[in-house]
Formats: sequence, C-alpha cells, structure tokens
Amino acid sequence: MNTPTPVTPAPTAGAVRTPASEFWRKFKRQKVALVAGVFVLLLVLVAALAPWIVPFDAENFFDYDALNTPPSAKHWFGVDSLGRDIFSRILMGARISLAAGFISVAAGAVIGTLLGLLAGYYQGWWDRIVMRMADVLFAFPGILLAIGIVAILGNGMVNVILAVAVFSVPAFARLVRGNVLSLKHQTYIEAVRSIGASDTVIMLRHLLPGTVASVVVYLTMRIGTSIITAASLSFLGLGAQPPTPEWGAMLNEARADMLNAPHVALFPSLAIFVTVLAFNLLGDGLRDALDPKLDKF
Amino acid sequence: MIVYLLKRLLGLLPTLLIVAVLVFAFVHLLPGDPARLAAGVDAGPETVELVRRDLGLDLPLPQQFVRFFSHALQGDFGLSIRSKRPVSTEIAERFGPTFFLTIAAMGWSVLLGLVLGVASAVWRNRWPDRLGMTLAISGISFPSFALGMVLMQLFSVQLGWLPTVGADSWKHYILPSLTLGAGVAAVMARFTRSSFIDILKEDYVRTARAKGLGELPVVFKHGLRNALIPVVTMMGLQFGFLLGGSIVVEVVFNWPGMGRLLVDAVEMRDYPLIQALVLLFSLEFILINLLVDVLYAVINPTIRFQ
Repeated sequence: MNTPTPVTPAPTAGAVRTPASEFWRKFKRQKVALVAGVFVLLLVLVAALAPWIVPFDAENFFDYDALNTPPSAKHWFGVDSLGRDIFSRILMGARISLAAGFISVAAGAVIGTLLGLLAGYYQGWWDRIVMRMADVLFAFPGILLAIGIVAILGNGMVNVILAVAVFSVPAFARLVRGNVLSLKHQTYIEAVRSIGASDTVIMLRHLLPGTVASVVVYLTMRIGTSIITAASLSFLGLGAQPPTPEWGAMLNEARADMLNAPHVALFPSLAIFVTVLAFNLLGDGLRDALDPKLDKF
Repeated sequence: MIVYLLKRLLGLLPTLLIVAVLVFAFVHLLPGDPARLAAGVDAGPETVELVRRDLGLDLPLPQQFVRFFSHALQGDFGLSIRSKRPVSTEIAERFGPTFFLTIAAMGWSVLLGLVLGVASAVWRNRWPDRLGMTLAISGISFPSFALGMVLMQLFSVQLGWLPTVGADSWKHYILPSLTLGAGVAAVMARFTRSSFIDILKEDYVRTARAKGLGELPVVFKHGLRNALIPVVTMMGLQFGFLLGGSIVVEVVFNWPGMGRLLVDAVEMRDYPLIQALVLLFSLEFILINLLVDVLYAVINPTIRFQ
C-alpha cells in the first residue's frame, strides 16, 4: 500500500465494512482459492447426489466382457479386474472420503475448541491436564495413534473416523488456547468483565468469535490431511473393506493388477489428489483472507 | 546449556510415563481375553490359565504394570504370538531398514525443501516461486501410497531402472525415500519460504544491502541462519510425520521394516509386538523432538534462559 488511506472509509450508504464483507472482499481476489472453493462445493454436490447419478451400480454391477479395460465411452474411467465401473466407484467413494474427512475433523474441532477455550481461560490445573494430554497425544505420530485405536476397536470406516477425530483434538485445543491466551488480556474483555458478564458469556460470546477465523482455516486444511489419513488406513486394509468403493481401499485392490491395468490405480489416486489439493488451496486462500496480519490488499 | 538439557530431559518423564501406561493399558482394552489370544484359538481352559499365570495376567493391575515396565526397560516384551520368537529379536531385524529409510528421506527432503523455499522467497511472485509453490502444494496433496505406486510403475516396471521391492542395495532406497520424503520436502519448502520472506523484510537485511553487500552474502549469511530457527522446529515435527508415513510406504514397497511389521501385527492381533512397536515409535518421536529442541537452543541462545 503506497498511498495513504483514511482510517475509516467514507460513510457511503450500504458500504459498511462488516467482518463478513471484509472477508469476501479479500477472498474473492484469490482466484485459485475461489476456483478451489467452487470445486469443493461441486464435489459435495456430486457426493450427495452420487447414488442417483452414477451410471452403474458401484458394488454389484460386473461387466465381465470388459475386465481391466481402459477408459472408453461406456466406462469413462475404465473397468477394474472384477468388471466394476471405476467412474461409478469414484463417485460413490467421494461420499465416503468427504464424510470421513469432514466428520472426523469437525468432531475434533468442536471438542478441541471447547478444551482449548477452557484451558486458556481458566489456566491453572485444568490447563495443565489438557495440555499434558495434548503432549501425550502428540507423542504418537498421527497414523500410529490411528492404527492403535483401530487395533483396539477393530477394522472399519467408523473406527477410522473416530481415530482421526481423536488425533485432531489436541491440535485444535492448542490453537484455541493460544488464541485465548492472547485475547483475554485485551481491553474489550476487561470491559465485558467489569460490567459483570459471567465466565460463560465471556468465553462463548466474546472469546470464541475471536478464535473462529483461525479454527476455520485450520479445519479446512486439516480436512485434506484427514482424507489422506483415512484413505491410508483403508489402503493398509484397516479401514473400509472391499467391496466398499473407498478410494484408498480401491488403490489397495488395484495393486495386484498394476502390471496389466495401471489405470485402475490411476483414477483413485487422482481423485484423492484433486480433492485434497482443493481443500489445501481453499485453506490457503481462507488463511490469507482471514489473517489480519496479512492485510496487504 | 547442560542445565537446559537436564531440564528438558526431566520434562519428558511424565510424558514418557503416560505413554507407557497407555501402551500397557492397550492390551486390556483389546476385545477378548489377552491370555486366550496368546494361547491360541484351540487351547483348552487349563492351557489358557497356564498362559495367564505365565504372562502375569492374574496379578493385580498395578503389579502387572510394574512387571511390564521393568521388563520393557530391559528390552523384554515377551514372545510374538505369531512367530513365537522374542519380540525384541523381531524388531531388531527390522529396525535398520526403517531407520536408514527415514534418514535418507529426511536428508534429501530437507535439502530440497530449503532450496525450493529460499528460491521461492528470493524470487517471490516470479516463476521460480510459482513453480516451487505449485510443486509444494502438490506434494502435500498427493498421498504417499499413491505416489509410491506411480513411481514404482514408472521407474521399476516401465523403464526398469530401479528395483521394485526389498532393501538390499542403495538402489532400493531411491524410490521409497523419494515417496516418503515428498510430503516433508513440500512442507519444508512452504515453511522456509514464509520464514525467509519475513526475514528479508528485517532492518538488518536492509542494512546489509545498504552497506553494499551482494545478494548472495545477504541471502546466505544474514538471511539463512535466522530463517533456520523456525525451520528446525518444523523439521522435528516432520520427523513424526516421516515415522508415521514410513508405515504406509513400507507396505507399498514391501520394505522389511518396522512399519510393515506393525501393519502385519495389527492384522494378526499380535499384541506383544504391537505394544513394543508403538512404544518404540513414540519413544523415537519424543527423542527426536528433544534433539530438535536442543538444536534449537544451539542456534538461538535466548531460548536457554526462558
């Protein structure tokens, strides 16, 4: 910014700078993130409608005349070794991967935010317990923790979601705690306290909104990571089981036929890559738009 | 410095203890009776009782924990249920390949990440930056098992340049370490870039330029060392990612390491092996983080006095 700008914008009608309009003003300039956001919306739509728009049944349609055939007009992404239509399986797989990514991270975010809010606000022994637990959970590499949990609870997608949620909790707790620690000494919190607001009101109405931006950014980025983790566990045979059209499980099945049908592995790989890429690009864009420190536009 | 090191070591004890308790509790959280699991499916009730006493599973829990802990300290984790060999022997055979794979991956990915990150920051918003950051975000978004399969298909199957599976020569290390390190290289590149951009805005960098220093000494002498401080922390965090990632990569490349051993153990419900491996993985992770903290204190002396 080279030219000096007035501290408050000219009070024209309908041009009030709310946080939301401010966010949109910055976000819409990031074309890549915008495209990624549209893609994510489209993906959610496709996943929601998948059972009605798939050309073939993803699990029970077998084209025995076309085993391992590459993409064609009839089968857009080709056919796998059992004769199933890969395009249909990818579409149905989007439901599983998006649900796994979103549910696990959202659960981790809600629990982690609450814990972090309480820890940062009250500090003391509660804070020490929460942070010590976070340290311990951080002492396990994420996927190792997930494998441990799956080993206890048994294979399956629900347990994978649970495992991913568990190791999302400490990251959110730390993030929110850090935010709260810096926010709670600001003057506006002191003002709210001096007019007699209760702890609950201070935390939920005045501290929580201040942390929402960073939680949303982190959540978006975390969804990508979690989709990869969930797919990895299925790839290892610990998550979704065949014939479920989960992308990681599909890749695991495709390994046996890599020599004569590499396309069977190609499309699930691309599906994971494009989906995770979209979430990461969207997350980058949100961060740039929501972080006041980066106010360079 | 020594005081700092001791303080850090003492700070680790509670975490280590809780990890040990969790790993110990793991057996008791498993569905079913661990004694029955160890005895095998067709063992009679007497055999199960015998195994229970043999493993100390009839003792009260605190006593069992002390027993588990003191045995673990001596490296004794019991017998693998599947192979009936000592767990320590099983793991000892697998430790080397995983260790060297992780080191190889870390080595090249940190180097590449630094180069890409510094280049992106120096030529910010120009083509090296765009290329570097496109590579980086792709690296973060591409799952390692898919990357491993693509690399293997390309270089081993179609071109025939590199071996597919196994860990016999240095050639075997190329593809797995590339696969494992790609994500880390990407994270390091992004992180180095943002750290470096902040540094290049600092007053002392302007001073260095003002006194007529060339771009090379400005970047490497004044920029790099200061930019490295957050990067080293990031490296430690990424090591955990590598340890976890090695589990997946080892399965793709049929690597004779601890990761594949763990996946097999989980499939077989071989709980003494799972216990020992989880404990070892976390121990390694904790120690690496300690090492990073110490390294951090070496680079940035102000940390030691906090």
